[in-house]
Amino acid sequence: MTPHRSPVGAHFVRDNPTKRRAWGRAQSALLQLALLFFASLAFAQAIDPLPFKDHAQEVRFQNLTRELRCLVCQNENLADSNADLARDLRHEVFNLMQQGKSDEEIKQYLVDRYSDFVLYDPPVNRNTLLLWFGPLVILLAGAAVVVVTVRRRGRAGAVITDDKPANEGDDW
Amino acid sequence: MSRLIPFFGFLLLVALFGFGIWWNTQHDQREVPSPLINKPAPAFVLPKLDDPAQTVSRDALLGKPYLINVFASWCIACGEEHPVLMAEGKSIGVPVIGYNYKDEAADAKNWLDKHGNPYDTVIVDREGRTAIDFGVYGAPESFLVDGKGIIRYKRIGPLTPEAIEKELKPAIAALAKEQP
Repeated sequence: MTPHRSPVGAHFVRDNPTKRRAWGRAQSALLQLALLFFASLAFAQAIDPLPFKDHAQEVRFQNLTRELRCLVCQNENLADSNADLARDLRHEVFNLMQQGKSDEEIKQYLVDRYSDFVLYDPPVNRNTLLLWFGPLVILLAGAAVVVVTVRRRGRAGAVITDDKPANEGDDW
Repeated sequence: MSRLIPFFGFLLLVALFGFGIWWNTQHDQREVPSPLINKPAPAFVLPKLDDPAQTVSRDALLGKPYLINVFASWCIACGEEHPVLMAEGKSIGVPVIGYNYKDEAADAKNWLDKHGNPYDTVIVDREGRTAIDFGVYGAPESFLVDGKGIIRYKRIGPLTPEAIEKELKPAIAALAKEQP
């Protein structure tokens, strides 16, 4: 929905070193600090604070929500999305964690409601066979075509060198 | 003849490309098919918009089919859908329950006063918590629930006259046939 802005960071300063040279080093450092400060503010607002038990739980939460797709902004994961529903679902995931549910149980909870679509890593099943193995099939088909062609050319080439060496390619 | 093989390969790719474009015009890429079709509707108890002291629950609605229509005053597509519900809501043959989703009660009431109320009852999910159980990810969405409390059909996006004629009414007719 709303485009997710990447926080304004130190890149700005780093990318234009010549333009900044006139400024004093201290000034530049101050500017960087200020930019970093505002960047962290923007970040804190984008991701609402949740009362995690400890750092490990927060890491687990971040990893889990990164594997789940936001239903509204479908190219974003739950961790990054600013959509209203994504925030609700983050809270839902957080609550389920507090209830002691495992990652698998939480994923299943969301799959039951929103289908496999919420998973960025879709499971192998009847509906996803083509997704998982289609590329392999195409690769093998391509390889087969190459092998057949090379063999046929090799054979044809051997015959040609015996019979008429030069002008094979000129007959059209 | 064998020299034409790359050309046929090219034609095949063009055909595939054309098919992809055609397919995408017929389908909404953002639509997430609900895993809840033909499964029991989640249990819910939600207050009524006009009288929050009264509640409506799934179990109280058992026995007769009904349509749940998720709407909100902030939802633009609901504004498109609204005249269709006003015109056809009464003719589909099942009660239409308005599901006011993540909305302010005052805004919802104003909206219904201004545009008309096509609903038999309006229930309120202020926080959108029950909507997660229904797999709602936007508004409008509509669910047809049968007399046994099973979700039989879901429409994502506005109900159009065409969708009502081609999808909803046949689904309701199928329900009527099942019931003795």
